[in-house]
Amino acid sequence: MENKSKGRFGVHGGQYIPETLMNAVIELEKAYDHYKNDPEFNRELTKLLNEYAGRPSLLYYAEKMTKDLGGAKIYLKREDLNHTGSHKINNVLGQALLAKKMGKTRLIAETGAGQHGVATATAAALMGMECVVFMGEEDTKRQALNVFRMRLLGAEVIPVKTGTATLKDAVSEAMREWTRRIDDTHYCLGSVMGPHPFPTIVRDFQAVISKEIKEQMLELEGRLPDVVMACVGGGSNAMGTFYNFVNDPQVKLIGCEAAGRGIDTFETAATLNTGKLGIFHGMKSYFCQDEYGQIAPVYSISAGLDYPGIGPEHAYLHDIGRAQYVAITDEEAVQAFEYLSRTEGIIPAIESAHAVAHAIKLAPTMKPDEIIVVTVSGRGDKDVAAIARYRGEEIYE
Amino acid sequence: MSKISQAFADKKAFIPFVTCGDPDLETTAKVVRAMEEAGADLIELGIPFSDPTAEGPVIQAANVRALSGGVTTDKIFEFVKELRKDVKVPLVFMTYANVVYSYGTERFVKRCVEVGIDGIILPDVPFEEKEEFAPACRANGVDFISLIAPTSEDRIAMIASEAEGFLYIVSSLGVTGTRSEIKTDISAIVEQVRKSAKVPCAVGFGISTPEQAARMAALSDGAIVGSAIVRIIGENGRDAAPYVKEYVKSMKDAVREA
Repeated sequence: MENKSKGRFGVHGGQYIPETLMNAVIELEKAYDHYKNDPEFNRELTKLLNEYAGRPSLLYYAEKMTKDLGGAKIYLKREDLNHTGSHKINNVLGQALLAKKMGKTRLIAETGAGQHGVATATAAALMGMECVVFMGEEDTKRQALNVFRMRLLGAEVIPVKTGTATLKDAVSEAMREWTRRIDDTHYCLGSVMGPHPFPTIVRDFQAVISKEIKEQMLELEGRLPDVVMACVGGGSNAMGTFYNFVNDPQVKLIGCEAAGRGIDTFETAATLNTGKLGIFHGMKSYFCQDEYGQIAPVYSISAGLDYPGIGPEHAYLHDIGRAQYVAITDEEAVQAFEYLSRTEGIIPAIESAHAVAHAIKLAPTMKPDEIIVVTVSGRGDKDVAAIARYRGEEIYE
Repeated sequence: MSKISQAFADKKAFIPFVTCGDPDLETTAKVVRAMEEAGADLIELGIPFSDPTAEGPVIQAANVRALSGGVTTDKIFEFVKELRKDVKVPLVFMTYANVVYSYGTERFVKRCVEVGIDGIILPDVPFEEKEEFAPACRANGVDFISLIAPTSEDRIAMIASEAEGFLYIVSSLGVTGTRSEIKTDISAIVEQVRKSAKVPCAVGFGISTPEQAARMAALSDGAIVGSAIVRIIGENGRDAAPYVKEYVKSMKDAVREA
């Protein structure tokens, strides 16, 4: 039997979506295949990335952190310095431009921490498009500041009350909305997940991160790093950080998942450490689920990593052993959040703090002539109130 | 001809849906028997899923009620086995890919045969991905039922030519749930379907009134109703069976005259 399935990474990926959406993803794939090689499209996108989002982002040598930890040299890839405060803008500018070329006038998006929602609302404002963002009701409370930012940017924010009222429910609701209204609407998916071609499109738009790391590292150190690492929810900043190093076997790739209260508890979101193979949200990949395939109500202090699945390309890199995925607890992430703030004067997003936490563990075990690059995917302003609450202090945002 | 296709022989079929275990399996058993007595030609049994992305609010709520009542895939297989002691009407499962996949597709389909399930509908498995499930179904004589949507257009012939059991025509864009009006040109879709399909086709999504059912059945080979029935169960809980029976009878009467 001929295999008609598209967008596979090993056994992972595919297009497990309702028939209603099939022509929409086929149309998207055709448009993307056309525009990705279109010089005019790429010129416009590069202009937006450089002049609007502020790329290239800095590769910063964290000297104090390096000396304090006493091991490998640590560089931080500063995606937190991008316009809107995270790596999400890289993908959103690409998809919004593509949607516009396709004649779409309306963007819909899911968001967890609110970073992707803010980025989408921003791109919509810039390009004169309508924007609706779905956000779990639980997350609208955890990230109230970002909800207001999105509204300020002219987007409509719809709190999703179903299920666990977090990121996975926001994705489900955005998919439902897309089946309702396809003609004028592009679903601007925020991570390297969902049905083909999204994992590929989002990865390509985020690959600018590793492209720049490579160039900057060669310029600064004259060689490639030994380790690159990033936090993983759906996995877009990690995929962007890994992509241009996948074929450099000497570079170790490490993804940092959210262990929540621990991978031996039910309050975790560490998909590769606790999940099993399944089919959900348009893709075959690993998911946190029970023995009957019911998706687990995952938990993490970080709304952006609070997702029961992982992008199919990560699942594949895990299967073939090319990348390693470690689990970081809430407590470790909060400590890293505080550590980076104090040591380097950089307040990272609580998501990115998961990667920083692993660097804190790993660097002392490495030699001073070895190099780690940690992607700081976003800035932590949005998390300050939540961290204060975690430490027992009630403050008003 | 499969048992499912036979359900359409010489008549327009009325196909009701119920979520298993909403609010418990005893109620579902009464509801299924009431549906058969009221003249249902084929019954869709929903296996609840935690995140039913093709469902509107009514069936989403039924999934939550059923799962919080503790129903599982194994309990549903046992329930169908018990049901089959007297229920003769063809039965199909409607659920999501992960429910089948996590159970083990081959094992799931074999259990279907053992307990007397005639077909499977997975709304999150389009034509391109059906080889994940269809071969196991084919090998065991269970129909893998395909869906056609208002957006299918140039895909209709491809889907219809490989269809088994019956073709499920989705009447409208969006998720399941009742609609005041169905705007899609169903007759144009049916016309295209009939050029390629060897099996009958029925229309579902958005149908709640006898008038709508009659109109959709007149244009195709049958009408499928889910949310309107699930709403009756949601409102009447464990006492829902007689109300469902009355409703299904009125719908079947309308379809019969179509």
